[in-house]
Amino acid sequence: MSNELTATDARAHEWRSRFPTVNYLNADYGIKSWLLTKDHKRIALLYLVSVTFFFLIGGAYAGAIRLELLTPQGDLVQSQTYNKLFTHHGIMMVFFFLIPSIPATLGNFLVPMMIGAKDLAFPRINLLSWYIYMLGGVLTFSALLFGGVDTGWTFYVPYSTNFSNTYVVLAGLGIFINGFSSILTGLNFIVTIHTMRAPGMTWFRLPLFIWSHYATSLIFILGTPVIAITILLIALERLAHVGIFDPALGGDPVLFQHMFWFYSHPAVYIMILPAMGVVSELIATHTRKPIFGYSFVAFSSLAIAIFGFLVWGHHLFVSSQSVYAGMIFSLISFVVAIPSAVKVFNWTATMYKGSISYDTPMLYAFAFIGLFTIGGMTGVMLAALGFDVHVTDTYFVVAHFHYIMVGGAMMGYLGGLHNWWPKITGRMYPEGWGRFAALVVFVGFNLTFFPQFLLGYMGMPRRYHAYPADVPLWQVLHVMSTAGASILGIGLLIPGVYFLWSMRYGRFAPANPWPATGLEWRTPSPPPTENFAVTPVVTWEAYEYRPVEEMRVIGPGESAEQAAGVQPPLDRAET
Amino acid sequence: MSVHIVPRKIYFSVFAALLVLTGTTVFAATIPFGRMNDVVAMTIAVTKMMLVLLFFMHVRYSSRLIWVIVASMFFWLLILLLLTLTDYSSRSWFGPTVIT
Amino acid sequence: MATNAEAIEQGHAPESAHTALAHQFDNLEQQREAGTLGMWVFIAQEVMFFGGLFLAYLIYRMKYPDAFMAASNHLNWTIGTFNTAVLITSSLTMALAVWATQAGRAPKVQVAFMLATVLLGLTFLSVKAYEYHEKYTDGLIPVAGWFNPNREILSHIPANVTLGQYQMFFWLYFAMTGLHALHMIVGVGIITPIIFWAWRGRYTPEYHAPVENFGLYWHFVDIIWIFLFPLLYLLGAHFGKH
Repeated sequence: MSNELTATDARAHEWRSRFPTVNYLNADYGIKSWLLTKDHKRIALLYLVSVTFFFLIGGAYAGAIRLELLTPQGDLVQSQTYNKLFTHHGIMMVFFFLIPSIPATLGNFLVPMMIGAKDLAFPRINLLSWYIYMLGGVLTFSALLFGGVDTGWTFYVPYSTNFSNTYVVLAGLGIFINGFSSILTGLNFIVTIHTMRAPGMTWFRLPLFIWSHYATSLIFILGTPVIAITILLIALERLAHVGIFDPALGGDPVLFQHMFWFYSHPAVYIMILPAMGVVSELIATHTRKPIFGYSFVAFSSLAIAIFGFLVWGHHLFVSSQSVYAGMIFSLISFVVAIPSAVKVFNWTATMYKGSISYDTPMLYAFAFIGLFTIGGMTGVMLAALGFDVHVTDTYFVVAHFHYIMVGGAMMGYLGGLHNWWPKITGRMYPEGWGRFAALVVFVGFNLTFFPQFLLGYMGMPRRYHAYPADVPLWQVLHVMSTAGASILGIGLLIPGVYFLWSMRYGRFAPANPWPATGLEWRTPSPPPTENFAVTPVVTWEAYEYRPVEEMRVIGPGESAEQAAGVQPPLDRAET
Repeated sequence: MSVHIVPRKIYFSVFAALLVLTGTTVFAATIPFGRMNDVVAMTIAVTKMMLVLLFFMHVRYSSRLIWVIVASMFFWLLILLLLTLTDYSSRSWFGPTVIT
Repeated sequence: MATNAEAIEQGHAPESAHTALAHQFDNLEQQREAGTLGMWVFIAQEVMFFGGLFLAYLIYRMKYPDAFMAASNHLNWTIGTFNTAVLITSSLTMALAVWATQAGRAPKVQVAFMLATVLLGLTFLSVKAYEYHEKYTDGLIPVAGWFNPNREILSHIPANVTLGQYQMFFWLYFAMTGLHALHMIVGVGIITPIIFWAWRGRYTPEYHAPVENFGLYWHFVDIIWIFLFPLLYLLGAHFGKH
């Protein structure tokens, strides 16, 4: 520790007076101490800032798209520009926000703490992954600034090879590089979870957050390299024109779709699985009950990760893919609904007779369950060959995946951010504003995307900047959607403002404000650099919650202390 | 430390086996067996790979976790190859206009 | 058992306070386990990375068997066999380098085995470069405008094979062997500092994780070649004998 080094620093002194203990935030100062840090908690914050930056860019493009669709005519932008808008929105949101959002921020922060480790197994690789992420982000972002890409985030051939004269290679290079950041994060998690668990932390005592991150890491490791090589082939094709995917020279464009979706379908589970892990934690904590059917929820994460690799062909139903393969892919796609439903039912069963609190994190968990169910059920509809052909490339699909990605992954991310904000910063966010913002987000989200189901079913195609004016209902629905997007935007800005506010003016957070049972809550907020003063020894199962009322009636003891928000002893085994 | 030191004799035997198998595969390739050429070549290649994996890479002496990782990487590679093949191998079954 | 942190607080040197022990680990055993596991997970990632190219090979090979056989016949399988032997030998010397550190042999022995590995690797790469140059002079570089096989090669192309299909084999050949060669170049780059540290006597039976993990990487690259060799070089070895 470098306590002496910074003693003269005035800022350090101020921090010290506010935080009597040395923690990871005040252990060291200066920009260098952040940019060269090997502490997983600081790297998580680096990711938090950069992920938020790319989210704002992606959000701005979304706003432009919604503005254009306010009127039937293509009046705000030309079709060329519109192509770029949705491409940029997709690339930024998928590759630079949704995929790293939960794993690289909350996952980075919490995985070592939840298993009782001092850090991830490879701290330097962890830092490297952030630099790779930034390099990829900057390259792709510069491609957008130079003039953009108009192929759609899917880079389908032949748009991306023969017919686009935009910066496909540069944007692709950024995504290629960014992929290795995901791979390194996944590698770190897998090794850490296998080798760094605290004594007594057996696999079935792990929080479900860890299980879902383990499953996510599997996809990172086994899926991401395939998109990397696919993008490499796109670049090769653009530079050398040898007909890798060009039928005129003997290539097969559908092969690109196979390779692309082999990663990009599991990538959807990269987005949703960590959110599911977050929601498991939120529901257990805020209903004061152990998760119903722990092992089912744990294994359903792995099942989703594995089945997720077997269904990519349902994105190719309208390509020249063989109908027989289509049938197989359709059938397996239905199967994915099973582990997803196991989770939803078990969360619901967990809430039964629990002491449900309506704190902000729990509101987001509620939102997640409802919206994910809608997104998931429409997904089952789309897995059916006949229906899918009917609504392919319509707003029905757009609404479906936004219900999963925004309604699912975003809600999980926001809920998790609120739940662990006291741990991350040592400050409480304002609860009233939190609940209000959650409500605004929920209303705004549904108003944005529910009309899109109707639009899509009526035949509004995606990726069009104009639509017929002679059906007034279409414009009504589009106006609703745009209005919803404005509300959603405001709802997302509110947490941004009060999170920043709370870092300076928020109430000090106790070590365990909720109070929860996880290891990360058994160390001060914010935690010290190596997380725990002494390596904890785990002698209890995951989620040993009892309802608050019960704890109060039974009287004193550890649970009552927890109920009162008093920090439990750091190491129960030794007391 | 529980490091299992593989005797040098094993390394040399594996090396010899790999060279012999290389010779065999080259020889077999010069004889036209029709489709069996691929089967022979791939069988020999898989055998060589197993030798390298088990002995040079010490998988034979490693924990079960390493076995699981090795097994799962082949499993996933097979998913990629075989599920894509379900498409390509069945395209011609249906309708005369489907281009294979 | 007291953890290292406790031991340090109590003023004792921890049990296994090796200079190579990183702060997040309790002991070298755990660190070694994590390192090996990490390397294997990385190799799993590499398998899928190459997997995409193998998939492309499989599909186009199925579509154009004749073109692939004719094109493969143009590769020099004698040189390919020689290179295979070189690479297998380099795998052996690498395995022996790992053995030398595990068995605690002198730094000189360790360095000798590793240098042999590097030299064999460079031999492989030089032969590869020679082959690439040969393809260049034959006009077989798969880039639009450059792909211009000479008359002798054209005369060997069967009537049912288009030039595009023929080119298909060559971009796969260059992509696959090129990516493989890139991995070897990276490998040579990684082993250089390891040789330096071995020379300084850093690797002992207690701590030799870098050597071991590099060995895993090098053998993996070898395995890729074990598949590339028959798929690319031997495919057309009996071409024309039908």
